[in-house]
Amino acid sequence: MANQTDSHGAAEAAGMPQLEFSTFPNQIFWLAVALVIIYMILSRIALPRVASVLAERRGVITGDIAAAEDLRRKAEDAEAAYNRALADARAEAARIVAEAKAEIQADLDAAMETADAEIAAKVAESEKAIAGIRASAFGNVETIARSVAAEIVEAMDATSDERVIRDAVSARMGGLGG
Amino acid sequence: MASEAQAEGTGLVFHPMDQFIVKPLFGDGPIHWYTPTNVTLWMFLAIVVITLTLVVGTRGRAVVPSRSQSVAELAYGFVYRMVEDVAGKDGLRYFPYIMTLFMFIVCSNFLGLLPMSFTTTSHIAVTGVMAAAVFLGVTVLGFALHGVSFLKLFWIGAAPLALRPVLAVIEIISYFVRPVSHSIRLAGNMMAGHAVIKVFATFAAVAVISPLSILAITAIYALETLVSFIQAYVFAILTCVYLRDALHPHH
Repeated sequence: MANQTDSHGAAEAAGMPQLEFSTFPNQIFWLAVALVIIYMILSRIALPRVASVLAERRGVITGDIAAAEDLRRKAEDAEAAYNRALADARAEAARIVAEAKAEIQADLDAAMETADAEIAAKVAESEKAIAGIRASAFGNVETIARSVAAEIVEAMDATSDERVIRDAVSARMGGLGG
Repeated sequence: MASEAQAEGTGLVFHPMDQFIVKPLFGDGPIHWYTPTNVTLWMFLAIVVITLTLVVGTRGRAVVPSRSQSVAELAYGFVYRMVEDVAGKDGLRYFPYIMTLFMFIVCSNFLGLLPMSFTTTSHIAVTGVMAAAVFLGVTVLGFALHGVSFLKLFWIGAAPLALRPVLAVIEIISYFVRPVSHSIRLAGNMMAGHAVIKVFATFAAVAVISPLSILAITAIYALETLVSFIQAYVFAILTCVYLRDALHPHH
């Protein structure tokens, strides 16, 4: 297999270049140099810097969370105070409403009482007037009945004196006239 | 294993492995250990990318991150949580090392996906050194922290006594195979994907099958993008697992 490579130029690989042991010292030397340089860059500059950035971020986040917690507690306090004020205001309002109601009720009761008294007085007055009217009406009824009775007797061609008729009418109406 | 094969008759020339050749950047001379090569170039590009993401991207140090800073924080948080979850809290001391490995591998893998680029992590020399470093580091750490009792890692107390010697042999073998699988997994994955793309690219020269070939390249490229990340992740998480064994050898 290796004999095939003879026909090609020197720049071509003879077998696996990985097994070209003459290049090993070169590769190992430069690898060591590269690794040492990378290690120096990382351990001196890059890693401490990234670590400090991450630590700072963690600090900032912790601080922010603490501040947020603080603010949340403040907000809760404010809410509690607000609720307390609200409850107080409600109680005050309820008290005022009850007071006003009681006052109105008292006014109403008084007004009702005077109104009732007035009504009672009017009723009594009216009853008195009605009784008067009724009495006079009965008086009139008797007079009319007497004259009607006299007319009826006359119409029946009977004679009677006025006294008899009056007594008879009075006797008939005794239950009504009073 | 030939990296190229002249398919007689079709005129297609396959060079799927040429992309892995280590070349000097300047001139054509021999490759000494110090010669600046394409390995050097692409490793330094990885350093540049890491610097851009993690250093330049975070220069604002903003509490509310910009997009580039989010990427850096995401990478940091990803590896940090992985180390914490897998290796435990006391594994976090070794977080910079694991971050170094992860960032290097992930950046090299993604840089290797660029056309005409060189994939440093496809070389067993590179992944082998990293795996060996992890293996040695973890083993030394285990003995340094626990002394001889680190060997209890291989002596499984939960198993029946008769089985323990057998299990100990198996555990020791698997322990020593770790760096091999650790390194070959990464290098093999990177190499295979890139080689397959190259083979399909060669087929694109034939007009009849070129649409199919380009479709296949697209599909494999998507797969390789996924593999690039997953292999870096696997390498890092296995490092964490080995680290956990060193920190807590008593299961």
